[in-house]
Amino acid sequence: MPVAELEREQTTGNEMTPAMARVAQVRKETYDTFTLALEPSGGEPFPGFTPGQFSMLYVYGNGELPISISGDPEDHARLLYTVRSVGKTTQALVSSQPGDAVGMRGPYGSHWPLKVARGKDVLIVAGGIGLAPLRPAIHYIMRHRADYNRLVVLYGARSPRDLIFRKQLEDWGRLPDTQVLSTVDYGGLSWRGHVGVVTGLFRLVRLQPFHTVAMICGPEIMMRYVIWELEARGMPPGDLYLSLERNMKCGIGFCGHCQYGPNFICKDGPIFPYHEVRSWFGRYEL
Amino acid sequence: MTLENLANTLREHPFLQGFTAEHIDKLAAMASEVHFGKGALIFREGDESSFFYLLLTGKVALETNAPGRIVRIVTLGPGEEVGWSSLTPSHSKQFQARSLEETQALAFDGVRLQHACEEDCRFGYTLMTAMLRVVAHRLQSTRLQLLDMYSPVS
Repeated sequence: MPVAELEREQTTGNEMTPAMARVAQVRKETYDTFTLALEPSGGEPFPGFTPGQFSMLYVYGNGELPISISGDPEDHARLLYTVRSVGKTTQALVSSQPGDAVGMRGPYGSHWPLKVARGKDVLIVAGGIGLAPLRPAIHYIMRHRADYNRLVVLYGARSPRDLIFRKQLEDWGRLPDTQVLSTVDYGGLSWRGHVGVVTGLFRLVRLQPFHTVAMICGPEIMMRYVIWELEARGMPPGDLYLSLERNMKCGIGFCGHCQYGPNFICKDGPIFPYHEVRSWFGRYEL
Repeated sequence: MTLENLANTLREHPFLQGFTAEHIDKLAAMASEVHFGKGALIFREGDESSFFYLLLTGKVALETNAPGRIVRIVTLGPGEEVGWSSLTPSHSKQFQARSLEETQALAFDGVRLQHACEEDCRFGYTLMTAMLRVVAHRLQSTRLQLLDMYSPVS
């Protein structure tokens, strides 16, 4: 085997070994969703991350999961992960206590097109916990506000009690050149906001096709309808970016679990320009 | 609002995209401006109201009574429509409509609209096509809501 191949194999081995992090805080967002703040366990700081990237988090003795980073990319002291408790490993993760050890690999993957979006309007469309991977992009835009034009955040969730980051969304919505609209599928009488699917919010937004970059993350079926709606409003497919999700194992493009057409979600994604994946998007067998 | 103002307002309403000037004038002659205060019930489930509304400002919720509670189905705002069932043979309202904010709308008597459609088939076709767009959009939205796509099981 050539030396270069041996070196690559060795690197691969290292990349599969998690570094140890400590849980600094567990914050309850909703009845089933929590945000974990992780700090480095040793003296070495965490590597930086780019909005949209994820880490492989290992709950010792339980399992490993890909979780998107949901915090401010310029907070170098800790990394935030927003996790919905839906299975054995996520339940174990959100049940962590401050001081507990968690294994961490990464950050991995592609990122939101924040450079491409400079000087343009940014439209963020999120559904459910899909707001978590988009929050670092919003933080980044807020920190570099002069580099971007209007920011519009459209967020849909199942019910008012499923909305995450509510206070932060309200705060952002009060800022100039920023429009934040939330909607829920099922709303009671106490909910004063919008009721209906997230695509219903487009009528309240002044969209400038060819001068807007859209970043979309949520259930795939929601993203399909969002894309149809945006294309109908004249948005070019190349200006639509989406975050895709598939069952990941290695997180570095070796195992093939997350293959999506010619791409691996973990290595080539999770963020893709729509025109690069449109041939596979929405296909049943993928 | 004068007839001319009504026609200008109608021309800008998304529901009436593609309507000719003649059709807009016909609708303006049938329109009346209405206001609903915050919390006002525009119609109740089962009401025999035949009014169809084009919303200009504010926010309206369509609600239904489930045992022991009221469920909000959808909220509608400027540029949208309320009461499309007034153009169907039965005028009985299937939901109740509540104004969530100060709301301004243009109201049309569904019976007059139906007569106008029968008298002028081209106008009728244009109106029913616009109405079909609304119904199709509502149906698609309802299907998406029924999918419960944000649930972990989905």
